[in-house]
Amino acid sequence: MSSMNIYELEFERPLIALEKQISELEAQNDPERSAVGIDADVDLGVEIGELRASHEAMLKKIYANLSPVNTVKVARHPNRPQTMDYIKAFVKDFCELHGDRNYADDRAIICGFGRIGKTKCVIIGHNKGKDTAGKIKCNFGCAHPEGYRKALRIMQLGEKYGLPIVTLIDTPGAYPGIGAEERGQAEAIAVNLREMSRLKVPIISVVIGEGGSGGALGIGVGDRIAMLQYSWWSVISPEGCASILWKTSTPETNANAAEVLHLTAKDNLDLGIVDDVIKEPLGGAHRDRTVAAAQVEKYLLGALRDLKRFKTNNLLNKRYKRLRAMGRTA
Amino acid sequence: MADQQTKSGSDTTKNDTTTARTWQDLKQSDVPEGLWMRCPKCEAMCYKKQVAENLEVCPECDHHYRVGADERIEQMLDPGSFEELWADLGPTDALGFVDRIPYSDRIEKEQRKTGHKDALLCGKGFIKGRGVVLAVMDTRFMMASMGSVVGEKITRCIELATETDRPFILVNASGGARMQESSLSLAQMAKTSAALARFDDMGGLFISILTDPTTGGVTASYAMLGDVILAEPKALIGFAGPRVIANTVRQELPEGFQRSEFLLEKGFVDRVVHRKDLRSEVARLIDYAGK
Ligand SMILES: [Zn+2]
Repeated sequence: MSSMNIYELEFERPLIALEKQISELEAQNDPERSAVGIDADVDLGVEIGELRASHEAMLKKIYANLSPVNTVKVARHPNRPQTMDYIKAFVKDFCELHGDRNYADDRAIICGFGRIGKTKCVIIGHNKGKDTAGKIKCNFGCAHPEGYRKALRIMQLGEKYGLPIVTLIDTPGAYPGIGAEERGQAEAIAVNLREMSRLKVPIISVVIGEGGSGGALGIGVGDRIAMLQYSWWSVISPEGCASILWKTSTPETNANAAEVLHLTAKDNLDLGIVDDVIKEPLGGAHRDRTVAAAQVEKYLLGALRDLKRFKTNNLLNKRYKRLRAMGRTA
Repeated sequence: MADQQTKSGSDTTKNDTTTARTWQDLKQSDVPEGLWMRCPKCEAMCYKKQVAENLEVCPECDHHYRVGADERIEQMLDPGSFEELWADLGPTDALGFVDRIPYSDRIEKEQRKTGHKDALLCGKGFIKGRGVVLAVMDTRFMMASMGSVVGEKITRCIELATETDRPFILVNASGGARMQESSLSLAQMAKTSAALARFDDMGGLFISILTDPTTGGVTASYAMLGDVILAEPKALIGFAGPRVIANTVRQELPEGFQRSEFLLEKGFVDRVVHRKDLRSEVARLIDYAGK
């Protein structure tokens, strides 16, 4: 679907060579793995240490200057933690709830009850799938109307029982298909935007990977929205934008589009679209999933604690003011 | 207004150069510049003035042409009742967006072309004596794409309707959210929808009128949130564009897919209304549900 090769991050090639070297030396230095035997006169440990240091320095340098289009590639990395990974990492006693009670159970959005810290919550998140079969089952995280309607149904349960809502956003966009249109994709998203703006419980969203347009926003209206450092959020994907405005999607036009769309976490923070950026481990969430999960959990615990203080009326007024302030006019 | 429709052949215009001819005689080459037009649907030659009197609907085949916001406002409101609001609110290139040409150049070009600051006109007025807040999108301005100005003006309209307890009537048309404003335009979807939630809480009446084309982020926010949703005949209405869908599903799209009548059949539009009946339909709905 996308012209980008997500499995081999081109800008990480120098790192991969170093990593290979390190693991070869490590194998040589390990009596159980060494093919040639250990040479007592050579201390590989020092060499390995040096290589590791230069690997880290290079990693720091690459990620400090990550271009927008490369940020998109990191956000799509196949090993990047997804909604289910975060749920497994820090949601206790997750109880999944299925179906929109009308048409189907859309696997592209996962919903349920669970505890974050000591707080009982409703948790909603896009589901991209891992292996080929799983990805096809959930349309690569592209939800149908029934997905958005299921999400709203469960969020309204949260409102009914006074449970705060946490949503994890990770979608290339809502599914563009015949059935999706027939069943009212636009209406389903629109209703979610309206209803989320007035649900009487705190709503916290975190963009964990891709924040693709209306499909992302459909579960992303609330009191606080944060982006992981290397996630993206925009009105359209760089490829979609390139194919419309440059008439063709090529690596070059995609990079141009990613640049002008201002889709990175920092850009969106500067534009007043998101409230916080959650730092990722060095080299991206896929390099240390445990640390990434701990960062997201920490952020959610803080936000849940903050928002608990507000009376419902104040919460809703604040939410409206937050949305109301968005945009730039002359 | 429908009685103003006259048959092309018996045109009684005062213009001497045109009264002598019938449209059947005309070949494309000798179409007098600006007076006649060929219907893109049925290919009939139509006298422009007559088409305008017919509310920009083809007198031969009933095809509804796209209407600019100024003309639409004239069609919708009681004569002379329009009081425009926030006309000076203009767009800004907050992102320094450059594709093949800079966004700031695009804005300037479109403003010169249309004489308007952005893709939506709005204000107060009367429909058959009933006070309303009216907003109209204009496809002549960047295909009526929704950016910060459109979102802000709609939000102000909704807030005004909430404060003054008036119905809000919105004539939609849009290619979708404006890419050149990226996440700022995406945010307008949430902003306008949140304002509509408050209007709804107050018991307000929102009539959303869908015209050709209403797509993308506009459909996925305020356009689909009408208490009553009307659509002009055969308008393209959808979330994703037909070409994107065809490329994704790799199969032929069903006949009439994403047209008003299709949405009516699928349950997403209340009524498909001929342009000549829009005023009376809106007035009737206000009498049932408005204040
Ligand atoms: Zn015609």
